[in-house]
Amino acid sequence: MANEILEEHINKDYEWGFTTNIDADEAPKGLNEDIIKFISAKKNEPEWMLEFRLKAFRNWQNMVEPEWAHVSYTKPNFQDIIYYSAPKPKKELASLDEVDPELLKTFEKLGISLEEQKRLSGVQSNIAVDVVFDSVSVKTTFKETLAEKGIIFCSFSEAVQDHPELVKKYMGMAVPPTDNFYAALNSAVFTDGSFCYIPKGVRSPMELSTYFRINASGTGQFERTLIIADEDAYVSYLEGCTAPQRDENQLHAAVVEIITHKNAEVKYSTVQNWYPGDKDGKGGIFNFVTKRGICLEDNSKISWTQVETGSAVTWKYPSVILKGNNSVGEFYSVAVTNNYQQADTGTKMIHIGKNTRSTIISKGISAGFSNNSYRGLVQIKKGASNARNFSQCDSLLMGDKCGAHTFPYIEIKDKSAVVEHEATTSKIGEDQLFYCKQRGIDNEKAIGLIVNGYCKEVLNKLPMEFAVEAQKLLAISLEGSVG
Amino acid sequence: MITIKNLHASIGDKEILRGINLEVKAGEVHAIMGPNGSGKSTLSSVLAGREDYDVTEGEVTFNGKNLLDLSTEDRAREGLFLAFQYPIEIPGVSNINFLRTALNEIRAYHGQEEMAAKDFLALVKEKSKLVELDAKLASRSVNEGFSGGEKKRNEIFQMAMLNPKLAILDETDSGLDIDALRIVATGVNKLKSKDNATIVITHYQRLLDYIVPDFVHILYKGRIVKSGGKELALEMEAKGYDEIKKEFEIAD
Ligand SMILES: Nc1ncnc2c1ncn2[C@@H]1O[C@H](COP(=O)(O)OP(=O)(O)OP(=O)(O)O)[C@@H](O)[C@H]1O
Ligand SMILES: [Mg+2]
Repeated sequence: MANEILEEHINKDYEWGFTTNIDADEAPKGLNEDIIKFISAKKNEPEWMLEFRLKAFRNWQNMVEPEWAHVSYTKPNFQDIIYYSAPKPKKELASLDEVDPELLKTFEKLGISLEEQKRLSGVQSNIAVDVVFDSVSVKTTFKETLAEKGIIFCSFSEAVQDHPELVKKYMGMAVPPTDNFYAALNSAVFTDGSFCYIPKGVRSPMELSTYFRINASGTGQFERTLIIADEDAYVSYLEGCTAPQRDENQLHAAVVEIITHKNAEVKYSTVQNWYPGDKDGKGGIFNFVTKRGICLEDNSKISWTQVETGSAVTWKYPSVILKGNNSVGEFYSVAVTNNYQQADTGTKMIHIGKNTRSTIISKGISAGFSNNSYRGLVQIKKGASNARNFSQCDSLLMGDKCGAHTFPYIEIKDKSAVVEHEATTSKIGEDQLFYCKQRGIDNEKAIGLIVNGYCKEVLNKLPMEFAVEAQKLLAISLEGSVG
Repeated sequence: MITIKNLHASIGDKEILRGINLEVKAGEVHAIMGPNGSGKSTLSSVLAGREDYDVTEGEVTFNGKNLLDLSTEDRAREGLFLAFQYPIEIPGVSNINFLRTALNEIRAYHGQEEMAAKDFLALVKEKSKLVELDAKLASRSVNEGFSGGEKKRNEIFQMAMLNPKLAILDETDSGLDIDALRIVATGVNKLKSKDNATIVITHYQRLLDYIVPDFVHILYKGRIVKSGGKELALEMEAKGYDEIKKEFEIAD
């Protein structure tokens, strides 16, 4: 029975797999200094920005693609990618009326953004959105409302133009352009993304959100997000993403940086639903993302919450550098892999300051023929006295053709540290399923219940409407995966 | 209600049920007793539709339908309820949420609308009183960290919520203290009507003082070897299974 259903498999199609016919302004394929200059010129960037890019590019050329992750895939041909694709016409959008109607239709179709649609059409809402379509940010809502509080929330490109001092100061602080292969690539070719600055003493009155969409074919998406919370500031930030269904693999190599000053807090939540490829493992997004935050000063806090259901290959470790004393880092993650998806994800918690604390809760769910790995590093540097970490890594297996792996690394250089690690692996129990079915609940719903129960600790960390969306997504991603 | 004819079931090469015949009519209570390993739980699992077992022979009619043709969930939706001998824990899923899902699935099957949250909560209140289930247990994760007795009581609470036509109680009395036993039995009796039926699997005649059976069957090595009235239970309790074992000794 289990096998039958496994065979039958999740034929639930990816609902966000359509493309939008929008005239795009594209760079020629390939990557060299001229392309980078082209991108920089297109964006009318200052000299220092171009320098940053070129430096990163030169570094990148001497780097090798990492191979330590527990994933295998055909490496992207970096000369076969279009590094710049912007929906035309690329001009300043003053109001919603100016957004390409095709684009609006896309957001309508994306369904998950029902709320976002409302936001986009200016209906009262409590979330401000920045929409990044292929390489450029097309619309940021609520900019004015936020500006009244001194909050800057705009596309990265605008930030480069309007707030160069902030960008210059913070960009690359958490993720230096030399950090790793994909971060270097991103630093060289990134085209847009979101920028957010919360000034001293301000709690953002609404959640800020970026919605990423890859549309054009043959392109990669390389966006950058930079979030800065000044002293005593607070913001909750949401990120969502989808892509069309294509047979080719598309590359998404993003960088997200968070910097918190004294007493500041940033909560960053992601629901990642990039196209995972079809049930035979064809196509799908390569999601190679570097996300890192620095608790720069005392008593600050960064939490990452992620629900990862998409992408063909995921390689992602949202991390926190706990520099300030008493600072707190958190990582709550649900990663689901089905069919031939591969995920190698986890976090790094680097304790530098005194009395720093970190919590890691990772829930991996593997189904089909997929591979799901947790990889985490807890590092307690010398002098980080009384540092504490608690890690819990649970894996749930559905069927017997998938794999779950846990790679916890712990480096302790200070004797006063207390580090706890718990790990469990369980199979979704036939007993549990039978129990549910005996109460009249069908297989799909039963799996939904059990999985959501299993992920509860993480889902509870998501903002309400995101949590509902995430629950649905989990059920859809796992449909038909257990008999 | 249910008619079981010559039911054979095995797991792998091992035949566990070797020709069960049983008829239970609406309004009746049947008790099944028998030594450990005789196949009582297997019978209830097979009726409920557990896929580990292969039904090799026989037929089962449940309310005019061929039970063996129905999926596990449809059997439940048709009104078959199994109170498990070992209730399963489902971490992170609240009892309430679990039951609401179950109830609405059953309602949908019968073309009824979802129950309004308010009505549902009223029902929870009413039924949890029936088995004196602590309100806190209703909101905790399904069976997680419940004591043995609490789990059993929770099974009967679920039964009360789902209002089945045929309830099979697999050793619901084991692990219950005297007070709990009385409470559970009273609950079961209150749920009894002329339209539903109950099969009680037990080792102890004590339970049958509370839930008085119309028929008692002795299951041994996968067959019902003896049937009678309530007095049969008393007789077994007094004499043990030795005589039965001698009389019906067969090769495995
Ligand atoms: N999944 C299984 N795999 C192998 N053998 C099984 C399985 N299920 C039941 N059996 C065997 O079938 C026989 C009947 O078991 P069953 O649980 O039905 O007995 P029971 O009458 O309910 O016993 P008890 O009074 O101890 O609850 C036992 O010998 C048991 O070991
Ligand atoms: Mg038993």
